[in-house]
Amino acid sequence: MSTTLLLLTLIFPLVGTLVNGFWGKHLSKKVSGTIATVAIAASFVTSCLFFAYIQSTQQPIKVVLFEWMKFSYFSIDFGFYFDQLAALWLLFITGIGTLIHLYSTSYMSHDEHFAKFFTYLNFFVFFMLILVTGSNLAMMFIGWEGVGLCSYLLIGFWYKNQDYNNAAKKAFIMNRIGDLGFLVGIFVTGYLYHTLDFVALQQHSYLAPSLGIATMAFFIAATGKSAQLPLYTWLPDAMAGPTPVSALIHAATMVTAGIFMITRLNFLFDLTPNVQHIIAVIGAVTSLVAATIALVQNDIKKVLAYSTVSQLGLMFLALGLGAYEVAVFHVITHAFFKACLFLGSGSVIHAIGGEQDMRHMGGLKKHMKITYATFFVSTLAISGFPPLSGFFSKDEILLTAFHHNTVLWIIASLASILTAFYMFRLLFLTFSNSFRGTKEQESHLHESPSAITMPLVILAALATVGGLISIPGNSWLNQFLKPVIKNSATLHPHTLGTTEYILMGLAVIGAFIGLGVAYMKYVKNKQVPVNDNNVAGIQAILANKYYLDEIYVFLIVQPINFLGSFFKKQIEALINGVVLSFGRIPSELSYQGKKAQNGNIGLYLFAFVIGVCGLIYYLFMCY
Amino acid sequence: MEQVLQQIGIDQYIFLAILLFCIGAFGILYRRNAIVMFMSIEIMLNAANLLLVAFSNYHEDANGQVFVFFTMAVAAAEVAIGLAILVAIYRNIGSIDIDKLKNLKG
Repeated sequence: MSTTLLLLTLIFPLVGTLVNGFWGKHLSKKVSGTIATVAIAASFVTSCLFFAYIQSTQQPIKVVLFEWMKFSYFSIDFGFYFDQLAALWLLFITGIGTLIHLYSTSYMSHDEHFAKFFTYLNFFVFFMLILVTGSNLAMMFIGWEGVGLCSYLLIGFWYKNQDYNNAAKKAFIMNRIGDLGFLVGIFVTGYLYHTLDFVALQQHSYLAPSLGIATMAFFIAATGKSAQLPLYTWLPDAMAGPTPVSALIHAATMVTAGIFMITRLNFLFDLTPNVQHIIAVIGAVTSLVAATIALVQNDIKKVLAYSTVSQLGLMFLALGLGAYEVAVFHVITHAFFKACLFLGSGSVIHAIGGEQDMRHMGGLKKHMKITYATFFVSTLAISGFPPLSGFFSKDEILLTAFHHNTVLWIIASLASILTAFYMFRLLFLTFSNSFRGTKEQESHLHESPSAITMPLVILAALATVGGLISIPGNSWLNQFLKPVIKNSATLHPHTLGTTEYILMGLAVIGAFIGLGVAYMKYVKNKQVPVNDNNVAGIQAILANKYYLDEIYVFLIVQPINFLGSFFKKQIEALINGVVLSFGRIPSELSYQGKKAQNGNIGLYLFAFVIGVCGLIYYLFMCY
Repeated sequence: MEQVLQQIGIDQYIFLAILLFCIGAFGILYRRNAIVMFMSIEIMLNAANLLLVAFSNYHEDANGQVFVFFTMAVAAAEVAIGLAILVAIYRNIGSIDIDKLKNLKG
């Protein structure tokens, strides 16, 4: 039964891909959009069945389809593994995926490559499902590469714009760097334990001398996929893709892959505390760096992108502290409100006719009531206002950080206060005061159709109540994930003492400070961010993202370009010279030989006679 | 008559055949007229024939003389075709000087 169910879960998106990929051109937009949405929805239904099964039996399901590779030391199965972790991920990938598909049917309705878009979108979900359900590292790697490919296709979906193509390439190449880490991790793990299977690894793993290399390599892979320092710069650029893609990548799929992988391999990471420290520090630093950059961004989607990087940093902080279920909790709540925010920003962009600059927005509250309401709820959630979902998940991270390391706690708290500020800055600039765009845009302002607002409402509702799965005192999520996580940091949940209440209070006060400052600046004083040319001082540094892209260009791209041109001009000329001169020898010889063919029969006969004489002479010499 | 043959001795025949063959070979190499070249070929063939006959008599075996008939038949056929080709060439370019036949030039 479980095999069929498993195959169905995976096959629905694949069928959607194939149908839209091969016959999409001949189908009407309505049909192809419906097929794609229904495919993911069907996967969602089977995922729910799996979830119910796991919830009732607590027994992971393992399905091995066939033996994939066989080596002398070990073999790799083409298998799938469903445990509590995979079930959770399946639920929100397919659930939020369905909503995003539904949203896209309306959002992309004017695009000429409608069917192609849904092909890629379904393919994306398919690979993500493989990533989370694979029973060993090699299977996970299939999905890992697959989502990389699909993100490339989707970010560069409007391929006629060269900037968008560059963004797609950047995402792909940055991910490739991380993927190298993944491969190194796989090789080292396979070398150490003679298996790549998660169950076998969990049972047989021990502290091997080079395990640190493996876990560090896995973490590098995670920084690539989940956009952490130093490999995060692709994520903001990835905003070039259509908004539903941003929502899918940021909320449910690709960026959560790194967190999923580390959680899946928690037993290995637990053995290498040094790597865990690195993860925690990088997570916290990324969180703060991204939050500061987000403060001055004017592109509505870029603010959200940096906010994702920042939130992911918090998740990595939790992972590094060994609080895996806390990170998972934040992944889930973040999926709800970030999807809602992205889709909401898409709705806004849709209404203003493609404008993404917040300086040309404002006053949309009157025109787009549903979008505003849902956006407001999600902003409250991401800023950490009780009792919305973001409050609980973020607070657990901060609590964990406080119990481990005060410095990390301060950094993370600062990042979350900044989150409240820049999110409300975004909200106020977009929806409050009066409209700052052109007259023509203003006349077209309208609320989006129901295919867009319905997912928004559902996601906003989830963002409101999603925190209930792990509230202090009654932590369903921690109980649920217990079989997956070996040494849980929160196995003995903190009793809620005075310290915890003070910390919670501080977090809430911080969120209110962020809200208040944003309100004073952008609603009371009606400030609008200045033009890009007029920024100065620290603002300029932030607006230019700490010049990190420029540093990368200087440190990596330029030397590679220099090396490349050196090899092209000098080394290639050398090799060309050698190879071509070898080619010239037969050519020259044949030119000389050609002269013998002068058509003079007398000469031919003479040569013939000489030849015969030579032959006879030779025969005489032999005998 | 038989005695004469025996008195001459096989080596005299061989020398004569070599002489004839060389005359033919040099004729081919130094003459430019295609018909004369044909005649030279005939001389070479006849040199070979002479040897065949001489050896056949020497060994008292008729096989060699049978081969001579084959050679003469083939030579006749060859001349028939060769002369026909020469006629065709003459009609086309008005000459049978082989220095002018350079269509084979590479």
